[in-house]
Amino acid sequence: MNNKIKRILPQLLTILFVVFVFGFFTINAQVNMDNRGIDFGFGFLSQEASFDMQFTLLDYDGQDSYLWAYVVALLNTLLVSFLGIIFCTILGVVIGVARLSQNFLIKNSAAWYVEFFRNIPLLLQIFFWYYAALRALPLPENAQPWFGVTYMTIKGYYIPSMIWENLNVFMSCLIAAIVAIIFIRVYARKIQEREGKQLPVLYISLALITILPLLSFLIGGVTLDFEMPVLKQLAQTSFIFEGGIALPPELIALVLALSLYTSTFVAECVRAGIQGISKGQKEAAASVGLTPNQILKLVIMPQALRIIIPPTTNQYLNLTKNSSLAAAIAYPDLVLVFAGTALMQTGKAIEIVGITMLTYLSISLAIAALMNWYNKRIEIKEK
Amino acid sequence: MNLRLNRIKSQNLMTNIYIGSALLILSILDVFLNSFFRINISGSLPGNLSIFFPLILGFLGLSYLRTEYSGYKFLDSLNKNINTTNFNAFLTLFITFAILKAFPPALSWMVLDANISGDTKEACTGTGACWTYIKVWFKRFMYGMYPNELHWRINSAFLLVIGLGFVGYFFKENLKKYLALYYVVIYPIIAFLIIYYLISGGAFGLVWVETGAWGGLSLTFIVSFFCLIFCFPLGMILALGRRSNLPAIRYISVGYIEFWRGVPLITVLFMSSVMFPMFLPQDFFMDKLVRVIIAITLFEAAYCAEVIRGGLQALPRGQYDAAKSLGMGYWKMHIFVILPQALKLVIPGIANTFLALVKDTPLIFVVGLAEIAGMLALAKTNPKWLGFAMEGYIFAAIIFWIICYAMSKYSYNLEEKYKTER
Repeated sequence: MNNKIKRILPQLLTILFVVFVFGFFTINAQVNMDNRGIDFGFGFLSQEASFDMQFTLLDYDGQDSYLWAYVVALLNTLLVSFLGIIFCTILGVVIGVARLSQNFLIKNSAAWYVEFFRNIPLLLQIFFWYYAALRALPLPENAQPWFGVTYMTIKGYYIPSMIWENLNVFMSCLIAAIVAIIFIRVYARKIQEREGKQLPVLYISLALITILPLLSFLIGGVTLDFEMPVLKQLAQTSFIFEGGIALPPELIALVLALSLYTSTFVAECVRAGIQGISKGQKEAAASVGLTPNQILKLVIMPQALRIIIPPTTNQYLNLTKNSSLAAAIAYPDLVLVFAGTALMQTGKAIEIVGITMLTYLSISLAIAALMNWYNKRIEIKEK
Repeated sequence: MNLRLNRIKSQNLMTNIYIGSALLILSILDVFLNSFFRINISGSLPGNLSIFFPLILGFLGLSYLRTEYSGYKFLDSLNKNINTTNFNAFLTLFITFAILKAFPPALSWMVLDANISGDTKEACTGTGACWTYIKVWFKRFMYGMYPNELHWRINSAFLLVIGLGFVGYFFKENLKKYLALYYVVIYPIIAFLIIYYLISGGAFGLVWVETGAWGGLSLTFIVSFFCLIFCFPLGMILALGRRSNLPAIRYISVGYIEFWRGVPLITVLFMSSVMFPMFLPQDFFMDKLVRVIIAITLFEAAYCAEVIRGGLQALPRGQYDAAKSLGMGYWKMHIFVILPQALKLVIPGIANTFLALVKDTPLIFVVGLAEIAGMLALAKTNPKWLGFAMEGYIFAAIIFWIICYAMSKYSYNLEEKYKTER
């Protein structure tokens, strides 16, 4: 009897405490909203947003609803995160491997790179790129082309845009090639396990992924044109580029800062992963007669990835959450557009901050769930 | 595969070394003269060749120098460290040349062509950085809008708080058992009172300074210090809650931790500034700074809890079993056996959390508190001082870098120390 009370009483008290806190907040919120004449509800989502966004991926203008503004802003957030993740992975892997180099200079440069970018607050880095570094770029009329066709100016980075005809034919060819490659890999593995023969999978895959899309150009009627950015004079001293795709400086500053900052953490994960594999593994693999490439592919990488991937995913998650710093330099991401502008216009503080937090929370939880599933799958199954 | 122009035999080893070092020195000299004195020896070469000239020269030099064993200590260590393969040699040259090329412009911008004299914008005549700007605004960057003649109050408050932090080291043996009590309960309260009464004033004959005037780096310290001392006990409770075998407590703790870890700090700050006032009774006013500190504390407590949970999990089961077999209850077991050991394990982790916290504090800028990033934004838009954003951000970056680097080295040392002790 005594034991039962010991178990139930603390739980009851905790639940009561939580209920009390939530109840207190709800009642206060009700009273406050009544006094200010605001009512709780999500009806505002279908109202006209009537504000503009500087940079959007989908068509959006002020006449669209708040819900559409939310979707467009969320896409902007995802775009920054996606670009950041790609660049930070490339940089992080290079730096992480460089930190293990035998070359004294490379090892130390990589180490200093990590120490340098890791120890400066991300917000300051974003500000540095946006307010100091990118402001030193030339005006459109003075811009020199990079790689012949792209222009880096103070107003943004201008790149040619692609104009496709019959894009869907091209895409389906590409997808068919990828599916075929997967099939061939599975088949090759089966053959290897049964007969010990190795098929040149890499060459076959390369051939497939180039030939099938090429065929679509020749037979499928797919055409590809580039629209180049062209300098245009608006007034005596005012020039802009027209055509092509314009990447705004906010996006560039954000992606730069996020990927440089996060790449240091990814580099540390990669280094830890490679260091975590004992030398004996490599030697054992070599002694059973595997080639260096096979050792890397079949012995080192599978084990290193098991150590590298979970913390790296965590870093990707951090990057996605950190992309909300976009609000500080007015890149139209979820926080700026929704928790900033939309909140100011509607005054629905609780609903809007709640939606914003829930969005990030669901991204995090989804990735965490995926990660748990992956960890379970690759876990070393000990007997 | 190594490119060898000349198969090395023992008799022409010396020739190789002479040719190799001559080529290498020539290539480095070329880049050096080019970047420091703007003298271009290879300028007479046609077109693109002059750019790649030192690279090709150095590459040949290094490949001549590459031998298994030469007998010269310096050359052998050079070969072993930076000249093992062609690829390595290329990277070595690339990095050396990049440093040589980047050094003179950076040096002249930061030091040689920079200005620090005077106290107006007009004093900056050089093409380099204008450190005058930093000099004039220095007090603002450090103390915000806090009145100039009262800065001693911030300084003395910090000194007192830091001094009190070291008091624990001088405890006598018989007082040692109260050490945890001191750091977890007494010290935070005293520190809070010191900062409250000394910095904001309003009592003991000190002039009241409202929190709106606080700012600069000192605000960063105040916020991160308070958040640390408040989030630690909260994190401890949550960590214990997450490992509790009472389902209601466990689920509530897990829910709390996962919620705060899943949202970005900036939305939490938005919440504290626009949503939180709605949740409080009508005529209850809470200062913005206090709200921000509460928000960051709630946020960081979740991270703290995960770190402490790691420490709790690292303890062997035997510790729990032994404590239980002595007839200790839950609280006795945790306070006297588990937590003292677990907390020692997590000190490096906590130091890392604190580091992240310090790096996160500039974010309070988005809710209108003017810590160092906020002061920079203010200075940047001042009409008398337009156009010095670069200097400002570099200054702030250097300050933060020193603080964070020192802290990360410290936490790394702690980690190493505890690793060997176990």
